[in-house]
Amino acid sequence: MGEEQQSGLVLRGIGKDLGGRTIVDDLDLVVAKGELVCLLGPSGCGKTTTLRMIAGFLNPDVGTISIDGKIVTTVPPEKRPTAMVFQNYALWPHMSVFENVAYPLKLRRTPKNEITARVHEMLELVNLMHHEKSRPARISGGEQQRVALARALVQRPAVLLLDEPLSNLDAKLRVRVREDIREIQQRLGITTVIVTHDQDEALSISDRVAVMNSGRIEQYSDPTELYRSPATRFVGGFVGAMNTLDGELRNATNDGGTDNTVAVVGGVTVPVDTPVDRPVAPGTAAGGRPVSLGVRPENVLLGPVEDGASAKIIRSIPRGHFTEVVIELATATGEPVELRSYLDDRSPIARLGPGDAVGVRLHSVLCYDQDGRLR
Amino acid sequence: MPVSALVAKIARQVLTVIFIVALLTFIVGPLLWLAIRAFSTSWTYPRLLPDGWTLQWFGRVFDDPQLFSSIRLSIEFAITTLIVSSVICLPAAYAFSRFDFPGRRVFLIGLFATNAFPKTGLYVALAALFYAFNLMSTFGGVVVVHLLGTIVFMTWIPAAAFASVPRSFEEAARDAGGGRLRVFFTITLPLAMPGILVALIMSFLASFDEAQGTYLVGAPEFYTMPTEMYSLVLNYPRQVAAVFSILLSIPSVVLLMLVRKHVMGGQLAEGFQIR
Repeated sequence: MGEEQQSGLVLRGIGKDLGGRTIVDDLDLVVAKGELVCLLGPSGCGKTTTLRMIAGFLNPDVGTISIDGKIVTTVPPEKRPTAMVFQNYALWPHMSVFENVAYPLKLRRTPKNEITARVHEMLELVNLMHHEKSRPARISGGEQQRVALARALVQRPAVLLLDEPLSNLDAKLRVRVREDIREIQQRLGITTVIVTHDQDEALSISDRVAVMNSGRIEQYSDPTELYRSPATRFVGGFVGAMNTLDGELRNATNDGGTDNTVAVVGGVTVPVDTPVDRPVAPGTAAGGRPVSLGVRPENVLLGPVEDGASAKIIRSIPRGHFTEVVIELATATGEPVELRSYLDDRSPIARLGPGDAVGVRLHSVLCYDQDGRLR
Repeated sequence: MPVSALVAKIARQVLTVIFIVALLTFIVGPLLWLAIRAFSTSWTYPRLLPDGWTLQWFGRVFDDPQLFSSIRLSIEFAITTLIVSSVICLPAAYAFSRFDFPGRRVFLIGLFATNAFPKTGLYVALAALFYAFNLMSTFGGVVVVHLLGTIVFMTWIPAAAFASVPRSFEEAARDAGGGRLRVFFTITLPLAMPGILVALIMSFLASFDEAQGTYLVGAPEFYTMPTEMYSLVLNYPRQVAAVFSILLSIPSVVLLMLVRKHVMGGQLAEGFQIR
């Protein structure tokens, strides 16, 4: 129970069916006090349903939710110490910006001068004092979002919830706003849960990210760990780009007599530069169980033909600060295996064109079993 | 420009002018005739203008105790109808817009269907019931008749108005700490108000204008302005009827002017689009 008391928000064994479909399935989540956690996943993975259960708009079928050690599983939203920023901001159009932010305080029968002081404090925090008297419809999307944030923060919630907070903003603004959100969150030290389908957003502002799929959390870890060693093939594919190959990892003895790791894909051996993050039991795939390998595009290293397994370039796609090169591995079976690689523009390989031959080496190869779990 | 195109253009303009003139003649014309009539001493064919101008017919209406009381009674019925109708229909409208209950569509269409039958037939059946319940020639009986004519407006239009308030507005208010009732009165109701206003006005006018049922149920105890019209046309100088017509149309004009913005804003059209 110790963890429970120190934690801001704890979800235990949460399950929810809606319209005969299981949306959230036996979900556990612990968010420490002052931590920012992103629920990341494709649409329909149950992340918004989870958030709505935390806010109290939905009651879980099974499981418990507690905030600061108090069970709130069936407490209605108006009695929960949570505050939510809605995806469409849900600012009330018949009230001014000031009145929107003051509304939660009015409900709590806060004295008038205190309301004014606290609303002003919040509007200053989100830099919107000059729009105090404006109607929500007269201000920009980014400003509306800040009003929604101020309205949530003025309640001094134990847990702040944001539902796709950046999805209605244009790309440039998104980066700035997410940094603003992070900064305010850290300054106030407020426990925060953000729902998003944008991995960039999740990786850049979270203390921890919970990747959800089909109503379950597939991995819950800090952004670096999440990117470096995705716990499942799904996470690897969803967070960042990932080449998935049917093959296995083996230990091979090279000419010098030292042990070396190689990937065997389609009957050809591809050298692996670094030992994999986790120890590889040699020949684990030999038992006939299918295994798949995951390699980030930046870990597919291209060089001269004589260096590594032979492949040929299919196409190069300029991506601004790097070049994405699609190559085809020459396999023994004749079945084509495509790999994507990110190349520095200054690399001589980046100047090669379709049909040119290159050598392939791999780096940081991840190995998944037939259930898609990292080994 | 080819000659044919020019001809087509002129023809189109001529047709437009003819259309507008026809519209003015048949819509504004009778009203103008009525207005002039109300202020004229007498107006005889084939003279283009009345023989003289006077305000005596207005005096005649206001001095006649029966006519004056019918004006008061009309307003009383309309206001009572609005209050009762609001109490019954607005909660129903909210339920139609927010909850999906069994029979929802049947109820919704059913409300509309009551207006599909000839009113007179309905009133005959109603009269039989009213005799049984001693509602004939009572204030309550007339109010019930007026309610029948307003239920569709007071349910459909507010239901659409409530439905157009996004649920997230209500959820945000719940989240901010408001109980259900508090949220309804501070968020939902104010935002649905334009639509509700339109419904109130339509209902006021429907009640103010109701004659058939009121005559059947209310006479001889209760004569409202429209029912008074029946005897007015026969028993008074024509100018008095004209004055009365004008008085009867004042509320419509005033109310429509007041809410012009909302009616023009498409609220009314939206009102009938609830699914």
